[in-house]
Amino acid sequence: MSLALLQEAVSYVPFAAIGAGLAAIGAGIGIGKIGGSAMEAMARQPEMQGKLQGSAIVLIAFVEAVALFAVVVSLIAK
Amino acid sequence: MDLVTPDVGLLFWTVISFFVLLFLLRKFAWKPIVGTVNDRETSIREALESAEKARLEMQNLTADNERILKEARVERETMLKEAREIKAKMISDAKDEAQTQANKMIEQAQIAIASEKKSAMAELKNHVAGLSVDIAEKMVREELSNKDKQLKLVENMLGEAKLN
Amino acid sequence: MQINTFKTLLLGLLLSLSFVVKANESIEEKSDEKDFNVTDMIMHHIKDAHDFHIMDWDGHAISFPLPVILWTNDGLVTFMSSEFHHNDDGTIVVEKGGQKFIKFHEEIYYANDEADHGSYVSFDPEHHPTNVAPLDFSITKLVFSMFMSMILLLLIFGFSARAYNRSENGVPTGIAKFTEPLIVFIRDEVAIPNIGEKHYKRFLPFLLTLFFFIWINNIMGLIPFFPFSGNLSGNIAFTGVLALITFIITTFVANKDYWKHIFWMPGVPVPMKLFLAPIEFMGIFIKPISLMIRLFANISAGHIIVLSLISLIFIAKSIWIAPASVIFSVFISVIEVLVVAIQAYIFTMLTALYIGSAMEEHEHEH
Repeated sequence: MSLALLQEAVSYVPFAAIGAGLAAIGAGIGIGKIGGSAMEAMARQPEMQGKLQGSAIVLIAFVEAVALFAVVVSLIAK
Repeated sequence: MDLVTPDVGLLFWTVISFFVLLFLLRKFAWKPIVGTVNDRETSIREALESAEKARLEMQNLTADNERILKEARVERETMLKEAREIKAKMISDAKDEAQTQANKMIEQAQIAIASEKKSAMAELKNHVAGLSVDIAEKMVREELSNKDKQLKLVENMLGEAKLN
Repeated sequence: MQINTFKTLLLGLLLSLSFVVKANESIEEKSDEKDFNVTDMIMHHIKDAHDFHIMDWDGHAISFPLPVILWTNDGLVTFMSSEFHHNDDGTIVVEKGGQKFIKFHEEIYYANDEADHGSYVSFDPEHHPTNVAPLDFSITKLVFSMFMSMILLLLIFGFSARAYNRSENGVPTGIAKFTEPLIVFIRDEVAIPNIGEKHYKRFLPFLLTLFFFIWINNIMGLIPFFPFSGNLSGNIAFTGVLALITFIITTFVANKDYWKHIFWMPGVPVPMKLFLAPIEFMGIFIKPISLMIRLFANISAGHIIVLSLISLIFIAKSIWIAPASVIFSVFISVIEVLVVAIQAYIFTMLTALYIGSAMEEHEHEH
């Protein structure tokens, strides 16, 4: 396989999309952990539900932001 | 790449719109709405506080009433007790008085009875003495009017008066 | 609660049906090109435009023309966007004030002197136009929908404020019954816990305006027919301005403690201080940037997903895929109704948090 062909092949690989996908995996794990812990905490202390919900949403927003950074980087790199 | 490049026009209009909106809403919406909500909350809080105060006052009043009632009850009790004591004392005093009076009267009566008895006895003695003298006189007269009888008597007497 | 769920579902259904209609119209427009490019269609929808496309009828686009305002080398030039006759590939030249303009991919450029294959645009090797562009202050589709949302907000809250005047004891009537819980929510759950009882009053109007401005624009973006459907809060310029305002406020209200915690973190050894300072310093900028990107990416992603699901029909070229497509887009639309509210809440919440952390007073030395 010649180098030119390889380069041609590589140019078809959607690296940006793969990057976005990887970031989504990371964010998925992070949000899942936050959600799981929040549910557990709510089950343990139902009277704290309101507070826990609020902080869980804010934390999820932080994790999500990281994935969105990756998406934006992918958009720029494209 | 296009997506993440901001347009100058939209930036400009967003700045203008946001500040116009902030100014207008602040003046015509947030100030009256938040002001009213705050006022209402303050008035509700004040109402609750005054209700609480009234409740406390009511409680104090009830407590006062109870205290007064209790005091009155105690007073009545003491008064009743005193009255009972006075009554008992009066009765016992009266009894004592009566007793001494009675005793005195009995004593006087006894003294009177004794003196009466004495005088009666003396009178009776005098009377009996007089009577017996009379009787003796009459008997003596009778006895001595008859000779035989005089002798017999002498004899009897002599007989009796044997030398003992 | 059940009625609410039902209503939401119904609304979502209507929304997605309209999407179907809209997507259908788009395919008709492109059908003469034989090849339906999903990415182009979605990007076209996500991005700004100089006229407000309402629908296609019988092969002709029906759209609402909007004013174009340009700051050129010779001063201000204005004309209506209808003068481009829906042209978007730089073949129609509009001559105003002795200058020639063309529109290419919704950007306005100075036209070349000579046409190349009918187009007055020249390109670099990556197919980006190399023409010079004037400063474009046009009332575009997004600016137009922003003005719409402003008017809507002013009406809603103007009437809410009036509703209090009518009732003598401060009990809300009419529309205020709906808006008051939201306002109280922002005050009690966002402003007071994050900024604190002492300072929150200064920032409450800003936070309220921010929340309702973002929320109403988010919602308007979800409604897929004419005066709405602009992807304003999914545009980086819009979110960037809001984040910039947050950044400016945070920087200006920050007290000594805040700067001290950034440049000379108390309570840690000196090497650690040196290590933390650049990180904390970058944090000042990363915070508003993350605000900007979060809102932009979330709202854009919502639009992209709904449009992609609808486009499945045209990718598969089969009507039988339509039911699945509709059901999924209903589902996503319903989720989006929730997401747009949460995003508005998060933006406001984090703004309050940043302001609060900038004004926080540390009573004890670490």
